Amino acid sequence: MMRLPPFTYLAPRTVADAARLMAEHGGEAMLVAGGTDLYPNMKRRQFEPKVLVGLSGIPELRGVRGAAREGITIGAGTVLTTVAEHPEIARHHGGLATAAGLVSSPQLRNMGTLGGNVCVDTRCNYYNQSYEWRKAIGFCMKKDGDICLVAPGSARCWAVSSSDTAPVLESLGARVRLVSATGERTIPIADLYRDDGIDYLGKRPDEILTDVVLPPVDGWKSAYLKLRRRGSFDFPVLGVAVAVRLDAAVVREARIVLGAVASRPRPAAEAAAQLVGERLTPELIERVAGLAAGPSKPLDNTDFTHPYRKKMTRVFVARALRAIAGLTDGARAVEEVA
Amino acid sequence: MEERRVPPSEGKGGFSIIGQPLPKVDAWAKVTGDTKFADDLVLPRMAHGKLLRSPHGHARIRAIDTGRARALPGVYAVITGFDLPRVKFGILPVSQDEEALCTEKVRMVGDAVAAVAAVDEETAEAACRLIEVDYEPLPALMSIQESLAHPEVRIHEYGDGPNVHKSVALQFGDVEAAFARADLVREDVFFFEGNTHLPMEQHAAVAHFGPDGKLTLWSSTQTPHYVHRLLGRILDMPTAHIRVIAAPVGGGFGGKLDPFAHEIAACKLSELTGRPVKITCTREEVFYIHRGRHPVLMWIKTGFTREGDITGCHLRTWLDGGAYGSYGVASTFYTGVINPVSYKMPVYKFEGARIFTNKPPCGPKRGHGTPQPRFALECQIDKAAEQLGLDPADMRKRIVAEPFTKTANHLTVTTIGLKECIDRVVEASGWREKWRGWRSPAPASPGRGKRRGIGIGCSAYMTGAGTAIYWNSMPHSGVIVRADRGGGVAVLCGAIDIGQGSDSILAYLVAEVLGIQPKDIRVHPGDTDLTPVDLGSYSSRVTLMCGMAALQAAERLRQTIVKAVAQKLERDPAALVFRDRKVGVSDEWDRALTFAQAVELGEAMHGVLAFPGSYAPPKRAGKYKGGGVGPSPCYSYSACVVELTVDEETAEVELHDVWVAHDIGRALNPLLVEGQVEGSIYMGIGEALMEEQAFRKGLHKFPSMLEYKSPTTLETPEIHTILVETDDPEGPFGAKEAGQGPLLPVIPAIANAIYDAVGVRIDEVPITPDKILKALEWKRQGKPARVGPEKLPLFTFKEPIVVESAFGQPADAIASRPFTS
Repeated sequence: MMRLPPFTYLAPRTVADAARLMAEHGGEAMLVAGGTDLYPNMKRRQFEPKVLVGLSGIPELRGVRGAAREGITIGAGTVLTTVAEHPEIARHHGGLATAAGLVSSPQLRNMGTLGGNVCVDTRCNYYNQSYEWRKAIGFCMKKDGDICLVAPGSARCWAVSSSDTAPVLESLGARVRLVSATGERTIPIADLYRDDGIDYLGKRPDEILTDVVLPPVDGWKSAYLKLRRRGSFDFPVLGVAVAVRLDAAVVREARIVLGAVASRPRPAAEAAAQLVGERLTPELIERVAGLAAGPSKPLDNTDFTHPYRKKMTRVFVARALRAIAGLTDGARAVEEVA
Repeated sequence: MEERRVPPSEGKGGFSIIGQPLPKVDAWAKVTGDTKFADDLVLPRMAHGKLLRSPHGHARIRAIDTGRARALPGVYAVITGFDLPRVKFGILPVSQDEEALCTEKVRMVGDAVAAVAAVDEETAEAACRLIEVDYEPLPALMSIQESLAHPEVRIHEYGDGPNVHKSVALQFGDVEAAFARADLVREDVFFFEGNTHLPMEQHAAVAHFGPDGKLTLWSSTQTPHYVHRLLGRILDMPTAHIRVIAAPVGGGFGGKLDPFAHEIAACKLSELTGRPVKITCTREEVFYIHRGRHPVLMWIKTGFTREGDITGCHLRTWLDGGAYGSYGVASTFYTGVINPVSYKMPVYKFEGARIFTNKPPCGPKRGHGTPQPRFALECQIDKAAEQLGLDPADMRKRIVAEPFTKTANHLTVTTIGLKECIDRVVEASGWREKWRGWRSPAPASPGRGKRRGIGIGCSAYMTGAGTAIYWNSMPHSGVIVRADRGGGVAVLCGAIDIGQGSDSILAYLVAEVLGIQPKDIRVHPGDTDLTPVDLGSYSSRVTLMCGMAALQAAERLRQTIVKAVAQKLERDPAALVFRDRKVGVSDEWDRALTFAQAVELGEAMHGVLAFPGSYAPPKRAGKYKGGGVGPSPCYSYSACVVELTVDEETAEVELHDVWVAHDIGRALNPLLVEGQVEGSIYMGIGEALMEEQAFRKGLHKFPSMLEYKSPTTLETPEIHTILVETDDPEGPFGAKEAGQGPLLPVIPAIANAIYDAVGVRIDEVPITPDKILKALEWKRQGKPARVGPEKLPLFTFKEPIVVESAFGQPADAIASRPFTS
């Protein structure tokens, strides 16, 4: 079987201690919460930390606080099952509950955390392979090599943002709190991501994501649709998050964010802007969905063909908008589309 | 000696165990984790082994330097192929082309070149990375087309032409004349992508070369006998000093039927280190071991009358064999020889060629070589039915082969329950209401229609191969039944339970004959020291062949007990009844002896109560070269209806219901049969819709269970299993196979249902959404709404062996089988 390499596991009880340990061990250390992504990656030698700072023993990282009207704060260590099943989240932030409930399998949602999914490593089917496989094909720039195997002429890595919750949180205008030994900051989640398969997080490695802060619900409705081969296990190969603030059936604000078609969640801002001041008619939805597919630029490095993923962007955006508009036209409920 | 057979007229009422939905005898051990698989074995002082595998698809080995690996602390031994006897081997005598550890050339990514034994797995792995292999890369040929286009690059030096492993051509009757008689002649081209077995259990082996100079190998193998037989030659030691014990197998499906590098390396490393050595393969290595479904390109030309009768059929298949022979010669024949078993096909011609490529070797996966041509035939029949304006269920029923006749290619069929299977799935599925006739589907509602469709397919499969993989006149299966004075019975049989339930079947059969309970029986499977030979768990042979041997052995035991008890009770032996763990006569049941007392009387009269049973199938092979592949004591039949929805926007397919009726001969335990049917359907769905062995830049694209897409329970529809019993004269109490046949019809039934739903033909599996979407776009543009192969390889088949068609001849009388007296 594949074995984990040796490492030291540290188990702090407070965020402050965890931050201190991260500062102490520098580049040799990585954070681990549920470990559902990190440990397999270590077995394949994609990650080779000498030290793991475990977050699962820190009570202050867990739990959902506040009410949707004022804004909910979710501890980054809250497991995905809790997020998916939380009544207040399910009622007011349907997109987030859906996305959290569609991550991997029930067992992994019981272990995996919201923070872990927000920070999950970008994926590429040239990269998520064993050491021997990667060596055989020639190491890529994301680990051990210096070229991109998806786009050989490219100077950058095209690994794919594969979080289900990230595009939803970006569509909701969430903020994230980052804590390190030298202080803390709270930033829009959009600023947490960079369009680079290697350097995909706009945070320092020693910064700990402690909280996800949702703004007051204030008339927003959200939806998330996920494209994947099977009804469980699979990472998204397209995620569509749509959030719309409605006022008497007229759109006041709208955000459309695409997952798994770039190295970061990719906003379709131009398309979303077309919704503002309008009613969600079938004609408008078709037009906006066509526009939203523009920023979707998948490459051939995940499951399904990339032209198919591109084509499905329009379909999924239209379906998500129809779900929010309550248009029943044959497309079924949000969860079932995934 | 006469066999005691319950006359069919007694029906189910005549049995006490047979036909009951009993739990498997090993069910509790499996579900509680008590079963010890090969990887669970831990022996004192055991070392852990690891194989170094090639990163090149095709390369010459210039040199291997193991010095740094040997120097690593914790390493006990490092070997290369030069430490092994320099013999090439292979499961089939005609394809001796493998080395456990390659010495001259590697022919695929994943070929093993060296092995390490160390204190633990981590150290063994680290040592492998210190082995330096100097390779001279050669061009890797990754498809049938590439291999045929580059005869100057030779993967092997043997075969029927450059990179052609095997070419076969057989003709039974005049196909051109048959086509001339037809009202409709169709030519279609299909492709069936390769896929793998994906057993839950990864291959593992523990070898112990004892101080007595004898070797014991525990392995997750489906065929301890063939491994035993080959190990002696591979290791150059007397087979008499080798013992192979098959550990319980956590899923085989044909993937554990060859001798493998990890088994051989473990044996050698144990000899060198004096320690037991365990090697457990990673999931990635299992993808390289493979021996799975061959990718097959097919051209099929069939003549039909306007009533739907087949006048003749001509099939050509090109198999992508991968890097080694394995069972490939048999696989090649199987792509051609089984199709005639299901329908009246008076004239038949088959040409097949297996091509070497630099990919993991293909071999026998569930259905061995037959799902591919079955897909082609059943889709083509559907297309013909449309052109002829016939109901595809009625058309199939009309052309079902006649029982107890011979096929064009000289196979003898016995009972055939296919007509009843078709009737039953038609009725259960509501086919008469749901199938809307041949018409273009109505125009889609704007943009996003979801359309329901229904489709049908049928199939036939062997109940055990009629010939062994090496020529011999010995039994295919042997059983020893031994009664203990406590009333317990031990059943010793070389078969191995791979999850299909062979241990249970042996227990039920023996319990039925002796009037005791399955719990009173211990089945001791595959151990070459203790159990008589059974050829292995493949070709759906175990229930029939081991079953017949077990019945014979149990009957011999019973007759001996009968004599002793009859004497004691002073009654006519013929009046004795074995029932409820007692032996006596019905009209004096209060005087009946317990089974244990009866055993004691028997042993007192006869001596040790241990009796052998042997089985070999009737010799019915056609008298032509190649006639040995295809004969079977009897064939199972299946019919399947699928109902599904296609989303016209996403082209995703959602299966709702699968109805499958299976001619099982007799269900010895309906629960186990249903389990086999459901497992087959599930596996067939995966092959139809998503599974594929895809390669890119010379490597397997995704050797992992996350990215090699296989369905989950969420993709599995309601499966409605209907068992049809035909009480075949060849099988134990009339039973036929269940483990493979039911996989076959679901794949074309899905393809046909997709056509019914949205009017596109995907002549290529897996039928993925992007292919359906492409066909839907072409359809909207008024182009032919078909996605499938467009070209055939430029390849000249050899001159066919021409034989008279035996179609319609009566079956020979059920021949007396060998070893029955």
